[in-house]
Amino acid sequence: MGFIMRNPYLPYPVRIEEITIETEDKNIKTLKLVFLNHDDEKNFSYNAGQFAELSVAGKGEIPIGIASSPTEKGYLMFTVNKVGLVTSALHSMKPGDIIGIRGPLGNHYPWDILRGKNVLIIGGGFAFTTLRSSIIYMLDPVNRPEFKEIHVIYGARSPGMLLYKDELAEWEARDDINMHITVDSTNDPDWKYNVGFVPTVTEQKAPPGTENTYAIICGPPVMIKFTQPVLDKLNYQHDKIIMSLEMRMKCGIGMCGRCNIGKEFVCKDGPVFTLAKLNTMPKEY
Amino acid sequence: MLKYIDKIKEISKRLLNEKAVDIVIGFQKGTIPMMNEPCLINKPENTDSLVWDSNCRINLAKYLTGRNEKIAVIVKGCDSRNIVTHIIENKIKRDQLFIIGAPCKGMIDRHKVASIFEEEIIEVAEEENTIIVRGNTAEKTFKKTDVMQENCALCIHRNPVIYDELAAKPVEEQANIDRYEDVRKIEEMKVEEKNSFFDKTFSACVRCYACRNACPLCYCPTCFVDESHPQWLGKSIDPTDTKTFHLLRAFHCAGRCTDCGACEQACPMGINVRLLTKKLEKDCFDIYGWEAGMSLDKRPPLDTYSPDDPN
Amino acid sequence: MKVIQIDKKNWAKGLERINKSYRLFGPVKENGLHVFKELEKGKLPDLNYLNTTLSPKSVVYPQSEIMLEYELDVSKENHHVMKETEKDYSQRALIGVRPCDTAAFLLVKPNFDTPEYKDPYWLRSYEATTFVGLACNNPQSTCFCTSAGYGPFNEDGLDILLVDTDDHFLAKIISSKGEDFLRAAGWETNIDPDTAKNIISEMKQQAENKITSFVSTEKLKDKEVNKLFNAPFWENLAFACINCGTCTYVCPTCWCFDVQDETHVSSGIRIRNWDSCMFPLFTLHGSGHNPRNTSTQRVRQRFMHKLKYYVDKYNNGIQCVGCGRCIRLCPVNIDIRKICNTMNNYE
Repeated sequence: MGFIMRNPYLPYPVRIEEITIETEDKNIKTLKLVFLNHDDEKNFSYNAGQFAELSVAGKGEIPIGIASSPTEKGYLMFTVNKVGLVTSALHSMKPGDIIGIRGPLGNHYPWDILRGKNVLIIGGGFAFTTLRSSIIYMLDPVNRPEFKEIHVIYGARSPGMLLYKDELAEWEARDDINMHITVDSTNDPDWKYNVGFVPTVTEQKAPPGTENTYAIICGPPVMIKFTQPVLDKLNYQHDKIIMSLEMRMKCGIGMCGRCNIGKEFVCKDGPVFTLAKLNTMPKEY
Repeated sequence: MLKYIDKIKEISKRLLNEKAVDIVIGFQKGTIPMMNEPCLINKPENTDSLVWDSNCRINLAKYLTGRNEKIAVIVKGCDSRNIVTHIIENKIKRDQLFIIGAPCKGMIDRHKVASIFEEEIIEVAEEENTIIVRGNTAEKTFKKTDVMQENCALCIHRNPVIYDELAAKPVEEQANIDRYEDVRKIEEMKVEEKNSFFDKTFSACVRCYACRNACPLCYCPTCFVDESHPQWLGKSIDPTDTKTFHLLRAFHCAGRCTDCGACEQACPMGINVRLLTKKLEKDCFDIYGWEAGMSLDKRPPLDTYSPDDPN
Repeated sequence: MKVIQIDKKNWAKGLERINKSYRLFGPVKENGLHVFKELEKGKLPDLNYLNTTLSPKSVVYPQSEIMLEYELDVSKENHHVMKETEKDYSQRALIGVRPCDTAAFLLVKPNFDTPEYKDPYWLRSYEATTFVGLACNNPQSTCFCTSAGYGPFNEDGLDILLVDTDDHFLAKIISSKGEDFLRAAGWETNIDPDTAKNIISEMKQQAENKITSFVSTEKLKDKEVNKLFNAPFWENLAFACINCGTCTYVCPTCWCFDVQDETHVSSGIRIRNWDSCMFPLFTLHGSGHNPRNTSTQRVRQRFMHKLKYYVDKYNNGIQCVGCGRCIRLCPVNIDIRKICNTMNNYE
């Protein structure tokens, strides 16, 4: 067997172009990455919902959802929460530093099925990254006509903890997307949007589930736990609720064995699963 | 020792019937020769499956931490000293336990028996002082004292030091035991000789951590090998990292190890894991006159400061 | 069917000849135990064993394997850009491997060889290897290979099957790789195929008759996965487990690994090491959440994976060849046969 396939463990080298601090506690930063080799960029053709392994030489790798949309050319964006060894290393980097990237990995949101449908996006905290990718993708002038109504419910603990604040404001101003931004609580008298937990706002503002309405939901386990009954009440069938899961990962290509739920690998058969599919799998995530 | 089981069953059944305990932790018969499997019993009628013989070498003190129930546990001398250490270290409360003490004349070293019997061992029958080993064609009788675990041969605390009820009368403690002959041999080696001795000793280690996991002392929520910042040592089978693991683990057991032998018996590669802990045990004894787990009232020397500590 | 007869008097000489063009791996006795190692020049494989302590998986899939390397010194060219480490994938022969262990490689292969991704390290190593198997004349009491779908004379994955007939080995050629190997050794004495067939067939039957350990697996496929997952017997079966990695490390069909970066001064490597689902760190999230927080959950994962998830995913039987190592080496006597039967018979 001739060995012509690229070594899937070998990262593409990328340079950090820009680092922006997203949240007031400075624990979440967005990295803008550019490929060192232009050819690598061509090989990195992805869809909203996928992730990549960010590789820091000497520290390790971490799986991070791709925050940029495939419609944004010339760079990739990743939003990283500082929790451990590799993320701390990324946070202490500067523009010009070189890291590696492997991907695109995993499956993506089911864009083929979502075309022609109403899309409800529900996101919480810093799990909003692939949802940003999805929104920018759908709002792109080429794609927007293919989707019907778009609703976005996005909440964080406080205004300072929301990601992509400038873009959220831009989307809020548009009339081809319904934004329902919320915070758990705030002391800010100028806060223009909702106050309340995501499940509550979902109950108040989300469109009802129909044959043509799909929900993409991405957030911390506690948010999902309380949002799901709301979606049930709104009549969303489980095959129309799309979720993106997290797991500890290493290889990202379905070989090291650690990210399995039953016989599926979250890195390869996921991270996107419908709730209907998850219901058939062992509850171990 | 073989007659203990009736008393052990009787005590266990009684405790469960009276609801004096919620569970009994003991051994049930294993599926291969010379092995018994630790088990948890919560119904009085199931106490009939308990066994006690010279293959009850696993230290059951391992299974006591992190539980909320009232537990009856069957312990040998070494195991009971680990319970004392658990209590001193606040891992378990005394009144959570009903300790069934089993005076011990030593456990059989199953690896040793397998290495000296010429065939695969199909069955081992135990008598009071001997074991009869049967293969497909051969059969041989061994004196238990000839195939005993090394730590048992050197044991000077065969009777439980803490218990609520004994399963039998105490046995005579062994006298004139030189516990540290093998340690002194290594101490007397020159540096290069010592270095290559330890290189060879740990060369077979596959970092399975069976030694660590079998040890009742190793209860850290995150073991030092699993920390990533800072990362104390590498996770590959690099010889330096491997020796570091064993050295550091031995130090973490200093002043606490009761030489129960669980580590050495658990090792699939036949490594003399106890060499390091024996050295630290000797040092604690020489420097502080300390023996681990003998009394609930004394705090370990590495835990306390006393003005007349040496140095 | 072609069979070569190797006079044991010619064994050492043949191996010496082969060693000129093949690296040789075989069982050796170290520390009182048999393990598979690369054979030093002139050293013969010690075939006087029932089965080895560690499986031969380390020959194809080393416990610690450097994958990539990099420079961290920013004054050097290509700093922080990872590159592949040079490897030696010259042909090698694995001599004296048991049929169960060889079949195990076939169970592991679909993990490393997928349509989307191919693991270059495992695959190159596997393909460079000629498997010279040694049939088991004396299965152990813990061998249940026939229940797993294999057997003491099974040929899956082998290039040659050696049958020990006291002063000879009968070498049954199973593939062209095997034929090349025998030719390189200079072992070319033919034996009448029918005679050989009869001898081998009889010895195979005798060996199979010696198997005393059986497990039931026929109902595993049709069981609903969540029914098994939520079954009440796990707590009891898992109680004794101390969550070490012994079973996973000695098992020929276990393949999970961890990836680590290690640095020294200004350069570094990315190395992969065997890992075990028995360890709590295996599934620990950065947030601190651990889906398999308890020992019972991890024990359940191991056996659900081996006896159910793998069965469902690959439709190729259980992820176990019945070698019995885990049974013999588990420090607390967790017995996969007991667990398999419990799962299979659970209603």
